Amino acid sequence: MKTIITTVVVFALLLTTSIIMGGNRYNHDEENEHEEHGYKTYSSHNLDVAVVNNANYAEECGSCHFAYQPGLLPEKSWVKIMGDLENHFDENAELDTDLQKELTQYLTQNSADKSDYKRSKRIMRALGRSDVPLRITETLYFVRKHDEIPYNIVKDSKEIGSFSNCTACHTQAEKASFNEHDVKIPGYGRWED
Amino acid sequence: MKAYLSIFLFLSANIQANPLDEMFDAYQQSGVRTIDSEQGKSLWNEAFITEKSKDKERSCANCHGSDVTKKGEHLRTGKVIEPMAKSVNAKRYTNTKKIKKWFKRNCKWTLGRECSAQEQADILKYLITQ
Repeated sequence: MKTIITTVVVFALLLTTSIIMGGNRYNHDEENEHEEHGYKTYSSHNLDVAVVNNANYAEECGSCHFAYQPGLLPEKSWVKIMGDLENHFDENAELDTDLQKELTQYLTQNSADKSDYKRSKRIMRALGRSDVPLRITETLYFVRKHDEIPYNIVKDSKEIGSFSNCTACHTQAEKASFNEHDVKIPGYGRWED
Repeated sequence: MKAYLSIFLFLSANIQANPLDEMFDAYQQSGVRTIDSEQGKSLWNEAFITEKSKDKERSCANCHGSDVTKKGEHLRTGKVIEPMAKSVNAKRYTNTKKIKKWFKRNCKWTLGRECSAQEQADILKYLITQ
């Protein structure tokens, strides 16, 4: 009899735990930034996007602009961008063939569609199946996350200038953290939704 | 004697490996006879209109500035570009691969074509004597 009671209790406990955990997962998937901090059950692996870990990529691409993490765009986008570096947003960003191949491989192997990091998954979810965005700022997820920021704050600021200038406001962008609590808009201050 | 010889060979190999010497050697081999930093300076500040520039003038100085001992700023992205003058930023002239890469990219963007050996030699001379 005792064993049966123990089994039932253990079973009930397991069930409750799984419901709570499931609840966490649900909240986590919701776009609620404030909830994110409360759930320590998620490893850092599930936070934001993977950090840049290719020295050549950081050097070559980062010498002109923020070295956007590969997990911010899908594979198709990277292939398209890397296939026309001579006309890279009106700039010439040509690389020699070996380097071009190496960096394309790095980008495509770590692209948003292959990543299980939080924001990579959200970027993919918001994307249409046939969408091949050439700019991160064009993705629906990005647009939605920034739709409350008045355009003028960005455009008129000498420090920001463009939404593609991540590091101007996201103080932890280099560490692949785009959390709103780390946002500090030059000439404006902290931004809270 | 053998040891002296190998030290000598080792040193001369290292002297030869100086990236700037390598660059200028290659320019000479391409037929460049006289190198003129004044010519380089005027090319640096010359404005070009290319097929892709949409009637806007482009020059090296657009992004790097006319005073190459100072920092520049990228025309479009606003990113700070460290000074080009060797006297304040010698690190720029330590890797031939990088020198060639930037000449290729930036000449194509600014002039709409690759720079000739003569043009590169003049510009390089100008930058390393500033």
